[in-house]
Amino acid sequence: MILEVQNVSKNFGGLQALLNISFSLPEHQILGLIGPNGAGKTTLFNVINGVFPPSRGTILFRDEDITGLKPYDIARKGMARTHQIVKPLNELTVRENVMVGACFGHKALGLHQARLVADEVLEFLGLNNRADQIAASLNIAQKKRLEMARALASQPYLLLLDEVLAGLNPSEIAAMVETILQIRQQGVTIIMIEHVMHAVMNVSDRIIVLDYGQQIAEGTPEEIAHNPKVIEAYLGDPKLAQRLQEGNGYGDTRGE
Amino acid sequence: MNAWRTPGIWVALLVILAIGLMPIVLKSDATREVVFTVLLSVALASSLNIILGYTGYVSFGHIVFFGLGGYVGLYALNVVGLPLWMAISAGGLAAGLLAFLLGKAILRLRGAYFALATIGINEAMRAFVINFPAFGGAIGISLNFRIYREYGGATSALWLTYYLMVAFTLLAVALSYAIKTSKFGLGLIAIRENEDAAEVMGVVTPNAKTWAYVLSAIIPGMVGVLFYFKNGNIEPGDAFRLHFSIELLVMVMLGGFGTVVGPILGAAGYQRLRGILLTTPVLKDIQLVVAGVLLLLIILFIPSGAVGWLRHRFPKLRQVLP
Amino acid sequence: MENLSFLIDGLLLGFVYGVAAMGLTLIWGVMNVINLAHGPIIALGSFGVYLLFSRLGMNPYLALIFTGAAGLLLGIVIYWIAINRVIEAPHLSSLLATFSVNMVIIGLGTAAFSTTPRNIDYSLGSLTFNTITIPISRIIAAVASIIFTAVLYLFLYRTTLGKYVRAVANNRAAAELMGIPSRRILALSFGLGSTLAALAGGLIATIFPFTILSGGVYELKSFVIGVLGGLGNPLGALIGGLALGLLEGIIPAFLPVTWVPVLEFALFVLILLFRPTGLFGVKK
Repeated sequence: MILEVQNVSKNFGGLQALLNISFSLPEHQILGLIGPNGAGKTTLFNVINGVFPPSRGTILFRDEDITGLKPYDIARKGMARTHQIVKPLNELTVRENVMVGACFGHKALGLHQARLVADEVLEFLGLNNRADQIAASLNIAQKKRLEMARALASQPYLLLLDEVLAGLNPSEIAAMVETILQIRQQGVTIIMIEHVMHAVMNVSDRIIVLDYGQQIAEGTPEEIAHNPKVIEAYLGDPKLAQRLQEGNGYGDTRGE
Repeated sequence: MNAWRTPGIWVALLVILAIGLMPIVLKSDATREVVFTVLLSVALASSLNIILGYTGYVSFGHIVFFGLGGYVGLYALNVVGLPLWMAISAGGLAAGLLAFLLGKAILRLRGAYFALATIGINEAMRAFVINFPAFGGAIGISLNFRIYREYGGATSALWLTYYLMVAFTLLAVALSYAIKTSKFGLGLIAIRENEDAAEVMGVVTPNAKTWAYVLSAIIPGMVGVLFYFKNGNIEPGDAFRLHFSIELLVMVMLGGFGTVVGPILGAAGYQRLRGILLTTPVLKDIQLVVAGVLLLLIILFIPSGAVGWLRHRFPKLRQVLP
Repeated sequence: MENLSFLIDGLLLGFVYGVAAMGLTLIWGVMNVINLAHGPIIALGSFGVYLLFSRLGMNPYLALIFTGAAGLLLGIVIYWIAINRVIEAPHLSSLLATFSVNMVIIGLGTAAFSTTPRNIDYSLGSLTFNTITIPISRIIAAVASIIFTAVLYLFLYRTTLGKYVRAVANNRAAAELMGIPSRRILALSFGLGSTLAALAGGLIATIFPFTILSGGVYELKSFVIGVLGGLGNPLGALIGGLALGLLEGIIPAFLPVTWVPVLEFALFVLILLFRPTGLFGVKK
């Protein structure tokens, strides 16, 4: 198991953001994390990568207890993530942004090595012709890819992807899905938060559904799509519920 | 390291060296005094830029390191009787140590809260020194004249401090450049641009910030010793003058926040401007007003400073202008 | 008994500190700007009252009202010239923008008034209880400070404009969506902050001699008080002012008077570190 989340809860003051979340993730899998808006998905990411310590529970990463460690400690152990709301280092060039990931993440490369890795990753994500631009000048789709590039450049064992498909058009989504599959093929384990149902259904080996901070279902995409609890949770959003039932890869491809 | 193959940094260092040699060639005491002030400003502004420009933390009371260095240095010379080089080291060490101890605590504060805390520390230090008999309380420390004799009398002691000032200025600029082009510097700039993102990417932010603070404090501590050795006495009101601290911020802003060359140009430009204002009869009385208006215009219309503006305007310059 | 006298003196003065700090903290609370021109505006307030009194023979307390109005105007002008453009910029920009205003005011003030100390020669005598003597000017200053605070709160909580100010302080973007002209409200708030500074300066002029530079001391005290009471919390500032006044009254009983600023600034840094929302309640 690369990651084991055991009975993790998180509350902010009176607000219960996560309650008793438990799952374990074998290596080389892709785990989808879905749920309505405000279900606590990003909070779960934040707890896993150390942005917030959990209020209760334990998190094991590669059989090591990382509960309560800081994000930089966890990053150096080989976990990387992207942000739903992109956080580019605006005044640095695209290459330098990626070099930060390579220099300070898991492999902790020197500047020279980092530059080589950065160029490789930029090539892989199709950003190589932007390498010398400053990050602020990228459009949103490019900034999302930049987030991924920075995360990948650290050569992590585990990659947390927070809505990397949101806001992309169908062809961009297809390209990004392809990229995600390639990353997995390189031996990286992935957890992805996603609203674009057909994509997450297609790509994931297993899926966890959160609702109001609770884990209401876990299983293969097939099982999830027909789980009555899940459909109920999504009923607030009938379109999404419908997409879910249509299952693997049909219907509208746009996320929100 | 290939960063040192960039011509820009060598041009900057050579220009400083050339300016530094000017009074020696001219054998002019007046020129020496002017250049000393400019070099002092360059060294201080370049050091401040490490925490301010690279890391993005507004150290408003940075002068505390300069003042503390001066006090420790004069104490070491006068009371302990150490030679100058050891006094200078002690000044740098004291400043670095203070920054290290403070850093762990106050660098947790972000934005204006950090700026306020640094003001508070400077004021607390000033008030403390006034009550500290070993440092001469409100009167301060006057250097025993006989100490100059060990350096060949007052005149040659003045020249000695001048040579050392040139050396420290070159050192400050070289250090600033070395940091900027290092992996450590990349981490600092990542913190400046987005501290949360930097953390998630693995930058150990508390340590990086503390070391940036320490590195930006050491040279001010050392040149503090030089300045007050040359000056012959030090008193609390002078040593911890917040106004001077803010002037340093202005110099960094003027030249270009976060660039290596910016603080050099900013410091030289600011001192030159001050010189003109103080020696022009019409402007003398209102020099502060003119300086204030100019500062405001720069902040409102060229917030990235001269070098920042140039780099923005001509992106090619990013390669040559560090 | 001398100690008690000090204590009361300090406490009464604390009200005036509170008014000065309220101006600083109001501006911070509404627009997240630390106003480094606060000190010079305080000094201008002193000169306003002084000039009206010595040139026109106006009663100093009447002069205070005109000075406050002038402070409002000055603050609004400063906002539009120096602050409006940097309101969204990083903190360094607004800090240096207000500092440049500081330089301009000090420069003009020094040219116009020199730095010879002035004082308002208008004595109301003092009250004596047993061995304790309290100058009446201090009592009036304290009462006036309470009135200013009350008026500020009536304005903030009982008028539409005040509600706008609070809305903008709370969430500028949301306030704009509701149709509140946020920039004008920011200008007004900067004006109000300056009014409070000018009023404090005017009151100080009735108690102590002053120069154009003496505002700096009160500006630093305002920082300490603002942090003590929680930056952005006007009532906290008044209480903080009292606390500081009390400290200044008490400490000399135990330590030489020169230790007062050491303890004040040490306290300031400690509160920033451990209770950045201030000692009295939490706002924002």
